[in-house]
Amino acid sequence: MLIVEIKNLTVQYPDVKALDDVSFGVNQGDFLGIIGPNGAGKSTLFDSMLGLNTKYEGTIKFFGEDIRKSKNYLKEIGYVPQKPIFEKNFPATVSDVVRMGLRNESDEKKIDEILQQLWIHELRKRRIGELSGGQLQRVFIAKALVNNPKILILDEPVTGIDQQSIELFYSILRELNSKQKITIIWSSHDLDAVNQLANHVACLNRTLFFHGESEKFFSNDELVKQYSEASMQEHMHHH
Amino acid sequence: MSLEILTYSFMHRALISGIAIAILCSIIGLFLVLRRYSLFGDAIAHSSFGGIALGLLAGVYPLWTAYGISIASALIITKIKDRYNISGDASIAVLLSSGIAVGLVIIGLSGGFTIDIFSFLFGSILLVSVNDTILILSLTGGILIVILLLYRQILYSTFNEEQAKVSGIPVEKINYLIVFMAGLTVVTSIQLVGVLLISSLFVIPNVTAIMYGKGFKQTAIISISFSIFSVVIGILISYIFDITPAGTIVLLSIGLFAGTMGIKSTGLLSKH
Ligand SMILES: Nc1ncnc2c1ncn2[C@@H]1O[C@H](COP(=O)(O)OP(=O)(O)OP(=O)(O)O)[C@@H](O)[C@H]1O
Ligand SMILES: [Mg+2]
Repeated sequence: MLIVEIKNLTVQYPDVKALDDVSFGVNQGDFLGIIGPNGAGKSTLFDSMLGLNTKYEGTIKFFGEDIRKSKNYLKEIGYVPQKPIFEKNFPATVSDVVRMGLRNESDEKKIDEILQQLWIHELRKRRIGELSGGQLQRVFIAKALVNNPKILILDEPVTGIDQQSIELFYSILRELNSKQKITIIWSSHDLDAVNQLANHVACLNRTLFFHGESEKFFSNDELVKQYSEASMQEHMHHH
Repeated sequence: MSLEILTYSFMHRALISGIAIAILCSIIGLFLVLRRYSLFGDAIAHSSFGGIALGLLAGVYPLWTAYGISIASALIITKIKDRYNISGDASIAVLLSSGIAVGLVIIGLSGGFTIDIFSFLFGSILLVSVNDTILILSLTGGILIVILLLYRQILYSTFNEEQAKVSGIPVEKINYLIVFMAGLTVVTSIQLVGVLLISSLFVIPNVTAIMYGKGFKQTAIISISFSIFSVVIGILISYIFDITPAGTIVLLSIGLFAGTMGIKSTGLLSKH
């Protein structure tokens, strides 16, 4: 069942066209990896899907309903931002932050459950500003998951997370998708990881130049080569 | 020292009003400090100066005009700030100076400073009437109820507006609500410490409490306790030694702040 439909999405910022006529869909239970170099428009795509950017052309539908008409779909979504910005000395513990995400405030047990599931239960009384990048990422995943969302959207941070935490993060994603049947939309720079985890791939670089099953993408050396070259070029431009 | 002062009814009113204001300023101030809006209280207080001058000129009870002017200008400046993307500190500077400017012009028109204006500048907690006390208590009760009901929404949008929005929280409305409640709180608190020292009640107990490294609720409770301590002891000391309560209260809270920094630097308040 198609639960996300994006049609002819175009986003024009004052200086750049960040997205140009992007269309794709996501089925329930999919694990979609969105790959693209820096500045490809991944965060812009997420901002538009989440109602943070309303200046777009085209249509975005969740569960068959245009997001311009109703914000109800947000209840079913957990979002992990690329850069979780907050005051460094904000007086909130890990539990406090996860609790902020909790809609039904009487569901206190859920907080412990989710902290345990993400291996951060022993951190629950620590101040949020004291955590490492990898721990912080898991706290924000916990906050995103605490309402049992149907769709998890993750804008993956580029830096600041060590290899071990990355492995743990990947195994958590895999379990969420396969065991808990959560639909995952995940942006990443790591081709290998997308190859291993995602069952669908979208290659984005302002326009969408591939969208389909990940096997089809990764078994086609020509496509992978094209993608790598395109993103290398883009990298050169940026440096 | 004798305990006789605790039997005076003006002292009861002063202490009860003072405690209510301490609680209110701590909790509203905590949200303002965390929003990097520490001086907002100051800005509202200064614009209330214009309102007070207007009331004195027009012969209306000055606090009413102060409420009207302060809240209106706080909401307008917030609107302008959002609309034209002006930074928080710049918008505070505009609000702050325009309030004083309006006040000075009106005072000039009405023929110069009077005794009344000084009690608003420096507070007059020992003079609060029964009606003032009732007003202070009901506002405190009302605002605390609103904060308790919308606790998660207010905290979340203070923590991160964008994420709060994605969680379906009406962040803009919450922001206006906080500005509105801050306006009410500031004008109400003018009677305790006056226009000039208001922001100390909003800021000092909170930056002190934040240093203790606890979670949100504990931080709020620590802040409220420090604030109540400074207000109660400050009122009593100032009466006994016949000095101004406002100054004494603020110095006490600065003492707690300095003490906390001292404890922290000796490592007694270590991180986990
Ligand atoms: N709010 C904004 N205003 C103007 N331009 C923007 C804005 N946000 C992004 N851009 C521009 O839009 C383009 C796409 O940016 P975006 O952040 O969506 O890329 P991204 O794929 O998320 O990159 P990264 O991998 O570095 O996170 C970039 O050229 C960026 O400079
Ligand atoms: Mg991005």
